[in-house]
Amino acid sequence: MTDAVRSENRPEKRKRAISRRRFMADVARTACGVGLLGLGIGMFSRAGALPAMSIRPPGALPEEDFLSACTRCGLCVRDCPYDVLQLGGLGEQVPIGTPYFVAREKACVMCEDIPCVPVCPTGALDHDLTDINKARMGLAVVVDQETCIAFLGLRCEVCFNVCPVRGEAITVDRRPNPRSDRHALFIPVVHSDACTGCGLCEQACILEKSAIKVLPTHLAKGELGSHYRLGWDEKAKAGKSLVSPDLEHRYNLPEGMRYDHDGEGLMQEEPSPFEDDPLDTLNRGLDGGT
Amino acid sequence: MKQTRREFIRNTAVTATAAAAGVTLPGLNGALAQEGDGIRWDKAACRYCGTGCSVLIGTKGGKVVASQGDPDAPVNRGLNCIKGYFLPKILYGKDRLTQPLLRKSNGKYDKEGDFEPVSWDEAFDVMAAHWKPAIKKSMEENAGKPADQLTSRVGMFGSGQWTVWEGYAASKLMKAGFRSNHLDPNARHCMASAVGAFIRAFGIDEPMGCYDDLEHADVFVLWGANMAEMHPILWSRLTDTRLTKPGCEVHVLSTYEHRCFELADNGMVFTPQTDLAIGNYIANYIIQNEAYNKAFLDKHVNFTKTPTDIGYGLRPEHALEKAAKNAGKGKLSKISFDEYAKSVEPYTVEHASELSGVPKDQLLRLAKAYADPAKKVTSFWTMGMNQHTRGVWMNGLVYNIHLLMGKISEPGNSPFSLTGQPSACGTAREVGTFCHRLPADLVVAKPAHRAFSEKVWKLPEGTLNGKVGYHAVLMHRMLKDSKLNTFWVMCNNNMQAAANLNEESLPGWRNPDAFVTVSDPYPTVSATAADLILPTAMWIEKEGAYGNAERRTQFWRQQTSAPGDAQSDLWQLMEFAKRFRIEEVWPEELLAKSPEYKGKTLYEVLYENGQVNKFPKQQVTDDRGNKYDNHEMEHFGYYPQKGLFEEYRLFNSAPDIIKKGHEMAPFEAYHKARGLRWPVINGKETLWRFREGYDPHVAKGDGVKFYGKPDGKANIITAPYEPPAESPDEDYDLWLSTGRVLEHWHSGSMTQRVPELHRAVPDAVIFMHPKDARKRRLRDGAKVKVVSRRGEIVTRVETRGRNRPPEGLVFVPWFDASRLINKVTLDATDPLSKETDYKKCAVKVVKV
Repeated sequence: MTDAVRSENRPEKRKRAISRRRFMADVARTACGVGLLGLGIGMFSRAGALPAMSIRPPGALPEEDFLSACTRCGLCVRDCPYDVLQLGGLGEQVPIGTPYFVAREKACVMCEDIPCVPVCPTGALDHDLTDINKARMGLAVVVDQETCIAFLGLRCEVCFNVCPVRGEAITVDRRPNPRSDRHALFIPVVHSDACTGCGLCEQACILEKSAIKVLPTHLAKGELGSHYRLGWDEKAKAGKSLVSPDLEHRYNLPEGMRYDHDGEGLMQEEPSPFEDDPLDTLNRGLDGGT
Repeated sequence: MKQTRREFIRNTAVTATAAAAGVTLPGLNGALAQEGDGIRWDKAACRYCGTGCSVLIGTKGGKVVASQGDPDAPVNRGLNCIKGYFLPKILYGKDRLTQPLLRKSNGKYDKEGDFEPVSWDEAFDVMAAHWKPAIKKSMEENAGKPADQLTSRVGMFGSGQWTVWEGYAASKLMKAGFRSNHLDPNARHCMASAVGAFIRAFGIDEPMGCYDDLEHADVFVLWGANMAEMHPILWSRLTDTRLTKPGCEVHVLSTYEHRCFELADNGMVFTPQTDLAIGNYIANYIIQNEAYNKAFLDKHVNFTKTPTDIGYGLRPEHALEKAAKNAGKGKLSKISFDEYAKSVEPYTVEHASELSGVPKDQLLRLAKAYADPAKKVTSFWTMGMNQHTRGVWMNGLVYNIHLLMGKISEPGNSPFSLTGQPSACGTAREVGTFCHRLPADLVVAKPAHRAFSEKVWKLPEGTLNGKVGYHAVLMHRMLKDSKLNTFWVMCNNNMQAAANLNEESLPGWRNPDAFVTVSDPYPTVSATAADLILPTAMWIEKEGAYGNAERRTQFWRQQTSAPGDAQSDLWQLMEFAKRFRIEEVWPEELLAKSPEYKGKTLYEVLYENGQVNKFPKQQVTDDRGNKYDNHEMEHFGYYPQKGLFEEYRLFNSAPDIIKKGHEMAPFEAYHKARGLRWPVINGKETLWRFREGYDPHVAKGDGVKFYGKPDGKANIITAPYEPPAESPDEDYDLWLSTGRVLEHWHSGSMTQRVPELHRAVPDAVIFMHPKDARKRRLRDGAKVKVVSRRGEIVTRVETRGRNRPPEGLVFVPWFDASRLINKVTLDATDPLSKETDYKKCAVKVVKV
């Protein structure tokens, strides 16, 4: 029951955080400097050193393993039929001699035969990857909803339309547009269970700077608490309610009204003059049948 | 197979990445499936607010390991708010209380001692040793007095978070057993004004509509409800209607801007207390424009007025009470339509705008929405209207508007009082835990109601006390004045909730003449201020039932066991009753009428009466074959939850009941359903009350019937604007309003123990207008003191947050146990409902 202000040490924390950031920046600067000197090609090639916008080819092992496995032979780059892949050069942040691409410049075309993978002599690009749809080069993220014109209510859907895993990796979510009051918003939504990270969406985005970007998966994904399940998913997976559905609910209602417990709620019953099956109408004949 | 550390790390990384990307890896899948297999799922009502969402609880190995929104629940259809997302964690705070704790010195109870663990036996022994002399003294004081003048020195403060049967068992223990009406729930702080207005206007409690109004209304008006944060799932339903229904509009009234203003088409910030003027202006507009529904008024409405100048529920010696002409009075007298019209005539748009500070065009837009016969209007309110020194009046003013237009009791046309607690309706209100009530809308003051209750409870005639007991605020005053000597606080945190902690609550509880017991799962502020703490089994650690704001009663089975020696409130109430022989609590002349009770314990008379113990011990199962524990059934040897509920049904569903309209289904039906909305008659639920077709109590041809009143007519009750108890002045120059935030529920005793929620909102800050901050040379984040005439707290300034007060008003949430804003608030109450006004008092803010 004290009035001690618990957050009193917050400013201090902030100070610590700042100095930590400064430390990181210094380290990065040093690393750059070292790179410029052409020293330590492998020494500083650690996971996380790869700039976020540089994407590894399909089938690449996790970054640390990839760097120890890749011999910098350049065969994958040679065999890329669309010249998408490049090699890290002197003075670049990408470790020298390793393959990568930048989606906005040229995205992976997702060749069916994945020519870049089998040529890899060491398995740095995993030979088990034979279906390009299973590649996970990164994950597309709508990073800027302020400039993405779909969020402004304009009809675009370019990312959705260029996506090679059509209708699965990117879907369009329709929502009401409260501003116009009579139009809908068509919001692109990326699904991580289908997105390969090819970057075609980023390349195609019609903005001056793309509002959708492919990021390394570990940067792109949040994680739900392991305790929480999505009720509707669990129900769909089980094919039925986990906890038995209710017995039929019954209600006090005026004549002509109906109440649907799981759906619409209260509804006016409007009996249709037509039969469900047109044959019933047709076979009844002109005199209305018997 | 051995793994090197490096391999292990790599595999974990691979797994994490794969899982995140939704990739399936051989070997991993099997492990996950195995994990999922062992989980038993069952339904329960959410532990928090009055919305009444349903959740599915996943238990494994006796522990709750997972949860999900219930996709089959009509209220929430699989959704939860952020508090509901973390529900399982509230059971597993690291400081759960697991054994009774008593203040002791040198091995003996000492009011000034430190807490020490004791056995349940010792705890109840010491407790009974304080209750028995207090009861004996009461019996001496009551010798020779008639039933309607009985007093008592024992009291209990209960809860709208009690399960239905816990509230019922407590009501029976206090009112029948101890013959004390000093039982009040924390719902007094929350719903009492709403209850008062329901009874005055309709003669029967609780809303006529249901949540389906959220889809059927064209216009929503919020009169003091921050639904966006406090009823998050209802707000998402309302928002969906606003976004998808052509012409739908949302009007929001508040004394500061909150998150509902984001959706508002007409957001109005009014000067505190002037909602009274706005309500009357709308009625005046409707009358001036002859927009009212004359046929409806002629058939279904009486016009009445209420006494004015009624004081502020402060202590009688307070200057404001002495000055009040009609302190505490509320008897209605009939008037004509013309007299009513004349009473609201002064409330022109100019007058209302001048008083409230709301621009005229905005008031006009609101009035027009109500007055348009083509628009269906649903009004919502919660604490903003109930915690108000004229709360009953204000509730009534909104009913007046709906009744004038006949916009009531049909889909979309609904004056709708929301509730803040999970069972404010189901428990606090329906089973009679208020100091003036008995189960099913019966009241202690009416001899016929007492006689009926005595018959149901098999009590000798004259057992029940006819004098209204101490209400929540009065309890603390009476503790301080040594008139109330033992006090049991269950399932709430009133030391953090009750206003004016420094002058009333704390001196009351720490009075050497008082013995205070607190039952709680956690060491709350209240527990800290108690003499004895009883560790409590919470929520799904016991079989339970809650009733939400749309009259929906929902049941759950016991899902897991409480830690250590913690016991449910029901177990505690029934066990404590075993400590009393009937001779110790009833006078000889009363006992002489039922000699068969002689020598019995209070427990035997109240709970082994052939009704409560009617249903033998059984294995609780569901229809999927899962088995559930029921700790209380195991302990008492019969099914007490079922026995209590079925006995309660004798009050609301038996053929000879006094007040119809609260009918409920048999016990078993609720374990099968996602809740049923009462009245349930012949297995059918009722969605809208008082209207033919929807409500079976309205006969064919009647159209509408407000059958809670003898003549079937509702009351329009005129009431004027009267000023608040305390307004800002030179010394204390700001209004203070208190309230809540989305992330924490009420006093935060549960949500603050969820690390993620604590991290999201760790501290209560003071929301302030930037100009007010600048005037005091305060920057955002500056440490300040919030000072009133009663107390002060230290906190930090927030000028950019979710709440945007106007100049001259500050807002502080009350969830934070480390800065108790109730040291600052004023214990002025509505003299009719006795509900505290937490929304208005005068403070100053100074730099620390």
